[in-house]
Amino acid sequence: MASESRIFVKGNEAVVHGALAAGCRCYFGYPITPQNDIPELMSKLMPESGGSFVQAESEVAAANMLLGAAATGTRAMTSSSSPGISLKQEAISYMAGSRLPGVIVNMNRGGPGLGDIGPSQGDYFQSVKGGGHGDYRLLVLGPATCQEAYDLTILAFDLAFKYQNPVMILGDAIIGQMKEPVIPWKPAPVDSNEASDWALTGAKGRPMRLIKSLYLEDGALAAQNIRLRDTYKAMEAEIRAESFETDDAELVVVAYGSIGRIVKSAVRNLRKQGKKVGLYRPITLFPFPAQGLRELAQKGKRFLTIEHNLGQMVEDVKLSMIGLADSDFHGHMPGSIPSPDDFEAPILSALERSAS
Amino acid sequence: MTEQLVFDRPEVIADRATHYCPGCQHGVAQRLVGECLEEFGVVDKTIAVTSIGCSVFLYNYLLVDSVEAPHGRAPAVATGVKRAKPDNIVLAYQGDGDLASIGMAEIMHCANRGERVTIIFVNNTVYGMTGGQMAPTTMIGQKTTTCPGGRCAEREGQPFKMAEILAGLGGVAYSARVAVNNAKNLVKAKRAIKHAFQAQIDNKGFGFVEVLATCPTNWKMTPVAANERIECELIPYFPLGIYKDRLNEGEGC
Ligand SMILES: Cc1ncc(C[n+]2csc(CCOP(=O)(O)OP(=O)(O)O)c2C)c(N)n1
Ligand code: SF4
Repeated sequence: MASESRIFVKGNEAVVHGALAAGCRCYFGYPITPQNDIPELMSKLMPESGGSFVQAESEVAAANMLLGAAATGTRAMTSSSSPGISLKQEAISYMAGSRLPGVIVNMNRGGPGLGDIGPSQGDYFQSVKGGGHGDYRLLVLGPATCQEAYDLTILAFDLAFKYQNPVMILGDAIIGQMKEPVIPWKPAPVDSNEASDWALTGAKGRPMRLIKSLYLEDGALAAQNIRLRDTYKAMEAEIRAESFETDDAELVVVAYGSIGRIVKSAVRNLRKQGKKVGLYRPITLFPFPAQGLRELAQKGKRFLTIEHNLGQMVEDVKLSMIGLADSDFHGHMPGSIPSPDDFEAPILSALERSAS
Repeated sequence: MTEQLVFDRPEVIADRATHYCPGCQHGVAQRLVGECLEEFGVVDKTIAVTSIGCSVFLYNYLLVDSVEAPHGRAPAVATGVKRAKPDNIVLAYQGDGDLASIGMAEIMHCANRGERVTIIFVNNTVYGMTGGQMAPTTMIGQKTTTCPGGRCAEREGQPFKMAEILAGLGGVAYSARVAVNNAKNLVKAKRAIKHAFQAQIDNKGFGFVEVLATCPTNWKMTPVAANERIECELIPYFPLGIYKDRLNEGEGC
């Protein structure tokens, strides 16, 4: 974990550096704003580090290349933004069904449809509820700083292999495009045996292996889906969230990613005015850090969820605290980047409602 | 008189009956692939990508490490496998609906990039597993469940000639069309499949073999009549032959 000198990079670039530090050997991508820095930097650094870079013909192909590389037990990644992630969902569902690890980065832009190229959190449902067909989940990590983009990308590779499941980094156009100092660090070298009990490498000296998601025999799919359910349950060991000024807060604002960070500034400003507000920022978006919210609800806190959309994570917030508390909601519409000031009025009005 | 074994099952082919319909030539094509892998001595370093449809169960019969691809995406999956494991032999096995319809983009780009993979393309002019719907290779006039009056060029276009189309792409080292309807063609088919693997082994580029094959069930024909249809109807439109061969660069073949 020796730290090196700081680098000043965009969130997109931090993801690339994190992936390389994590031992990523293959990257497959397709251009889409606001994540183009990722394929661009990968096209230079991946071959330099002895790995493989392919600019695929489409997001569909890129995600299926990821599936192929993952089947060999290789650390591999793809990245995109909203419309491209929709196209990747076919392969992502197959990867989940085939129990294949891989890292998928989504720098969320405005939608639906072609939307715009600005930031949004409109892909929350698509990311944490499956996204493609069938009953599956991804492990989803939501960075709020460039440093976190670096750190969580490294974590994403480890977790993908630990749980043999695709992991998504859910950022947005803000985190992707902003530049910050990042302190790079080197994780422990990748264990060369990490996929040795399932990866396809050619059947030399052992019986053939088969990686598939087709289960036709009676009860076979049920057994597979129960294995998946158990995996998702086990992932709860990875739950992460940041609590900021929540101890004596009357109102806890729940927000993630870039919006979580902007809300943090708003909370800091309101604290200076003596307002008893705090922030709870989920970092793992699936599994959702429900327990932390329940504990806050048991202490009698009130809640406001703020998102860059019409209200998606708020459903998970409400479910987490069911029977204990409810949550107000404030949605900032895509198409503009909110400032901390934009959030002060909604936070104050929720605080007043709480008090009454 | 002592018995002499002159014809045996390749070890890489599982010792079990296939589920394919009587007269279906998927099993024949798969056996040829198995024979070639054994003759090259690459069985234990081969990774197969299976597609969808009747082809998908290749992994029940060809005993090599295998991964299932979504419909049409086998060339992209094979690209990922090969890029991750350049020293392995990578094989994809696809039907005509899979490769020439939904997967047209993936096959064109994989071939054009010259990925060092080998693709065996089974052209039986219909979607087999889903019940005999029209494929991009369905013959003009051929009746299927979705062109009950027969395929019409004005409405549905002409059947794609994939071996010729792919031969035109720069990354392709070998492209051929074969049939497995008689002993003579079978010998040629095996030679073509071997060359398609040779292209990969020698790092020359993308190797492709289109295999004209029967689907007696969906053609609603006896196996014998289906085999005759290959000769009389399919081969005249889909001529057998080698459309590209860069195995001996400059020397021709
Ligand atoms: C995305 C998607 N669309 C449709 C299907 C349904 N499907 C399964 S097999 C098949 C056709 C396969 O036909 P072909 O490739 O000709 O193979 P064959 O069965 O003849 O070997 C289709 C359309 C699917 N599995 N996935
Ligand atoms: S449906 Fe056609 S392709 Fe499928 S097994 Fe039967 S004969 Fe073969």
